[in-house]
Amino acid sequence: MATPIPERETISVPPDGRPLDQQPAWRQDFPIDWPQDSYIERRDFVKFLTLTSLAFAVGQLWIAGKSWLRSRELPAGAKRIASTADLSVGATLVFDYPAPHDSCILVRLAEAEYVAFSQKCTHLSCAVIARPDQGVFHCPCHEGSFELRTGRVIAGPPPRPLPRIRLQFEGDEIFATGVEGGMV
Amino acid sequence: MKPDHLNFYIDPSRCIGCQACVQACSECDTHRGESMIHLEYVDRAASVQTVPVVCMHCDQPTCAEVCPADAIKRTEDGVVQSARKPRCIACGNCVMACPFGVPEVYEDRKLMMKCDMCYDRTSIGKKPMCATVCPSQALFYGTAEEIERLRPQSIPTNQFQFGNQVITTRVLVMAPRGPVGITPSVRVTASLDSGLASPDPFDEVEL
Repeated sequence: MATPIPERETISVPPDGRPLDQQPAWRQDFPIDWPQDSYIERRDFVKFLTLTSLAFAVGQLWIAGKSWLRSRELPAGAKRIASTADLSVGATLVFDYPAPHDSCILVRLAEAEYVAFSQKCTHLSCAVIARPDQGVFHCPCHEGSFELRTGRVIAGPPPRPLPRIRLQFEGDEIFATGVEGGMV
Repeated sequence: MKPDHLNFYIDPSRCIGCQACVQACSECDTHRGESMIHLEYVDRAASVQTVPVVCMHCDQPTCAEVCPADAIKRTEDGVVQSARKPRCIACGNCVMACPFGVPEVYEDRKLMMKCDMCYDRTSIGKKPMCATVCPSQALFYGTAEEIERLRPQSIPTNQFQFGNQVITTRVLVMAPRGPVGITPSVRVTASLDSGLASPDPFDEVEL
């Protein structure tokens, strides 16, 4: 049974003229009087705040759980990229590591010096272009530049250095064995 | 909030049909340039008598009772406001339900708008626009003492009977003084009850 709430004074009389406690419950939910109507809205607002913060809390837990699960994933195994004969000094080679669509770029800087980085710009994921003559990786989307040797940001909007791919040599073969700093 | 001692009195017999209230109504800020007053002809074929129809601000607002969207609200001072814009679905239920034919649905903006007694004015103690311009004071806004002094031949009433429904309103209508001791009540559907319909002016007349 609907019981009147003291601070909500009723002024409109229902058509049958009976008191509010004999009226159906929907009359309290949809009152005609303005003060009662705004009272409901205030209560709804508090409900909204509570439920929204609950939703945010659940969202945080979900994100934490996802990142915990990801940290338990096994590290990517070694993958053969190329042989040293494939690259001359100053040449570049694009390969996928660790997943099929994660483009990376291998650069032969000197006779025995190779570096490999993720090709995805840390700003908005455009593909970076290696410019060994200038000593930079250049991102054409927003004029971002990374140092060729270290992947450090030297110009433009990128917030983080390029993730570095660990390389291993076995005879003439070049293998990628891991990602430093994690792929984004 | 509208001051309690000020009331709205309508005296249809004083209306001269000048349309001043219609024009003034559209000047009020709460209506956004639309006139909310209806100036109705009582019997256009037989008479030039007009009646200004403003919202009567019922104590049991039928328009609000039938609103499926919970859009029509009544403020503490008893003024029934226009439909809340975010809620109104322009279904027109209120137009059908209102015994006085006051609400109007504006299809272009999907909104019901009605007379709200110029709430921006009356809530700060000013007169509604129509009452400020009415030259014959058919629309009068003031205290009970004033109207008693000005219209000794009439008595204000706010009870109306529509079939079995008795409606009390916040706006008062001036009715001619009847025999002493009888509370005046306007029988709006009297002709329907008695089964005597008024003669149709368009009926063919035998010569």
